[in-house]
Amino acid sequence: MERASLSPATLDIANVMVDFPLYHGSARSLKKMVLSTVAGRMAADARNRVVVQALRDVTFSLRRGDRLGLVGSNGAGKTTLLRTLAGIYEPIAGEVRVRGTMNALLDPNMGMNIELTGRENIMLRGLYNGMTRPEIVRLAEDVAEFAELGDFLDLPVKIYSSGMLIRLGFGLATAIRPQVLLMDEWFLAGDASFMGKARARLESLVRGADILVLSSHVPQVILEWCTRVIWMDQGRVRADGPPGEVLDQYLGVLAPPA
Amino acid sequence: MNSPPSDSAGPLLQLSADQSLLGHQRMAVADLREAARLWRLCVTLAWLDIKLRYRGSLLGPLWLTLSTALMIASMGFIYATLFHMDLHEYLPFLALSLVLWNFIGQTVGDACTAFTGAEGALRSMRMPFSLHAGRIVLRNLIILGHNVIVIVAVDLLLWSWPGRDAVLALPGILLWLFDAVMLTLLFGTLCARFRDIPPIVGSVMQMAFFISAVIWKPDQLGMHQKWLLLNPFFTILEVVRAPLLGGEASLLVWTSALAASAVLGLAGWFLFARVRGRVAFWV
Repeated sequence: MERASLSPATLDIANVMVDFPLYHGSARSLKKMVLSTVAGRMAADARNRVVVQALRDVTFSLRRGDRLGLVGSNGAGKTTLLRTLAGIYEPIAGEVRVRGTMNALLDPNMGMNIELTGRENIMLRGLYNGMTRPEIVRLAEDVAEFAELGDFLDLPVKIYSSGMLIRLGFGLATAIRPQVLLMDEWFLAGDASFMGKARARLESLVRGADILVLSSHVPQVILEWCTRVIWMDQGRVRADGPPGEVLDQYLGVLAPPA
Repeated sequence: MNSPPSDSAGPLLQLSADQSLLGHQRMAVADLREAARLWRLCVTLAWLDIKLRYRGSLLGPLWLTLSTALMIASMGFIYATLFHMDLHEYLPFLALSLVLWNFIGQTVGDACTAFTGAEGALRSMRMPFSLHAGRIVLRNLIILGHNVIVIVAVDLLLWSWPGRDAVLALPGILLWLFDAVMLTLLFGTLCARFRDIPPIVGSVMQMAFFISAVIWKPDQLGMHQKWLLLNPFFTILEVVRAPLLGGEASLLVWTSALAASAVLGLAGWFLFARVRGRVAFWV
C-alpha cells in the first residue's frame, strides 16, 4: 500500500481547545435533569457538570520529515491530543487540518470486535480504508502471515491468546501505510513480546510516513525516534523544541537535582 | 482513501470549531456523505451483526423466520377465537401486521444502542456517525427480509394475495426508510447522553404495540376509529400495511403519517447536527 504519488502531507493545528465532560451518576439521567430543572433554584448546582479542560490553546505545524514526540505525565493530554489529531474528538475552539492519508495506532484492540473472526476484522478494516476486494485479500494474507495466526484466522478473536491478539492488532494497524502516523506509547512499550520482526515492521512504517506523532513518557523512545518534542502539561504546551532541550527540562522537573 | 478531494492533493481532514448553526449543518452533511462513501462497510457490518447472532446455529438467520412463523401461528389461533374472526381473513392480516411492527419495534430498540454499542470503534478511529445509524437500519431490513417469507407462506397457504395495489406501498416504504434513519440518529444521540432513556423507550413501544391496531383491526373500534389518526405509530404503520392488504391508506392517514415524519425528521436531524461532535465524548 505505498502511496508515493500523493503530495506531501501537512498537519496544522491552531488554538485547539477540547473539553472533556465527565458524566457520572445523576448527570447521566434524564429524570434527574428534568427534576432538577423543575426544582428551579436547585438547577444551577445540579446541572453543574464536571468538565475536564483536556486541551487548551494547542498550536503547532508539522511538515514532511517531522517526527514529533509528545511527553508529559499521565493525564497531561497526550492521548487526547492524538485523538483530536485523528479526528475522533472534535475541538470546541480552534482548527485541526491534516492533509494526507492518516493512521492512528491508539488502542491495542483498534476497535476490533472480539466476537468476529480475525479475517472478518481484517475485512472490516480494509473496507474502512476503502480497499477493493483483491486488496483486502492481500491485506488478510499479509496480516495473517505476520501474526502467525494459522487456522485461528477463521476463529473468533475472543478465543485468541493475549499474544495472538496483540500480534493481530499490531499486524493490522501496521499493514496500512499512511502519510501521517499517530502512535500511542503502548505500540513501543511491549518490547518483550515484539521481537525483531515487529520492530522491523514498525521501523519501515515510521520511515515510510511523512509525519510521525508519537506519545510516550519513556525518554529513550523519544530520543530514538523524534526530531522535535512537545511537553504537554495540564492540557497546554509547556515546552516545544529539539528533543535534547525539552527532555532535559521535562526530566529536570520530574527529578529535580539534589 | 478512494476519493480524494477535487484538488487531488490527497485526503484532507479539516475540523474547525464552527459552533454556528451553519457550521453544524455543514459537518452533519459531510458526515452523511462520508457514510455514503463507506456503504460497503455499512452493509458488511449489518450482515455480520446478523451472522454473529446466529453463528453456530443449524438454521442460521432462518431462526428469525421460524420464530416469527411460530408466533404468528399461535397468536393467530388465539386472537381469531377471541375476536370471533374468520382465520382466513385474520391470519394474513396478523402476519403482515406483526412482521411490519417487528421492524418498527426492533429499529426503535436498536436505535438506542446505535452509538453506545459502537463505543470501541468510535473511540479508536474517525468514522462518520451516520454510518452506525445506517448499519442499524440495514440490519433490521435484513431481518425484515427474512420475515417476509412468513407473509408469503401465509398468503400462499390461504391464497390471499394483495393484488396489483400492493405497489402503492412503495411510497410508504420510502417514508419508512427516511423515518428509520432519522429515528436512529435521534435516539442514538439521546441514549448516548441519557442512559435512562432506553427503558423508557421500551415501555412506550410496548404500549404502542397494543394501541396501534397491530393485532386488532382498526374497524373493530367502530365509531372511535378516527382517534387512531392521532397515533403516529398507527398511521405510519398503515401507509405500508393498507396497500399490502389490498386496500389503500386514506388521505388523512397519509397526512398524519407525513406530519409525524416531518417532526421526527426535523428533531432527529437538528439534534444530530447539533451534538454530533460531542457523541464521541459521551459513549
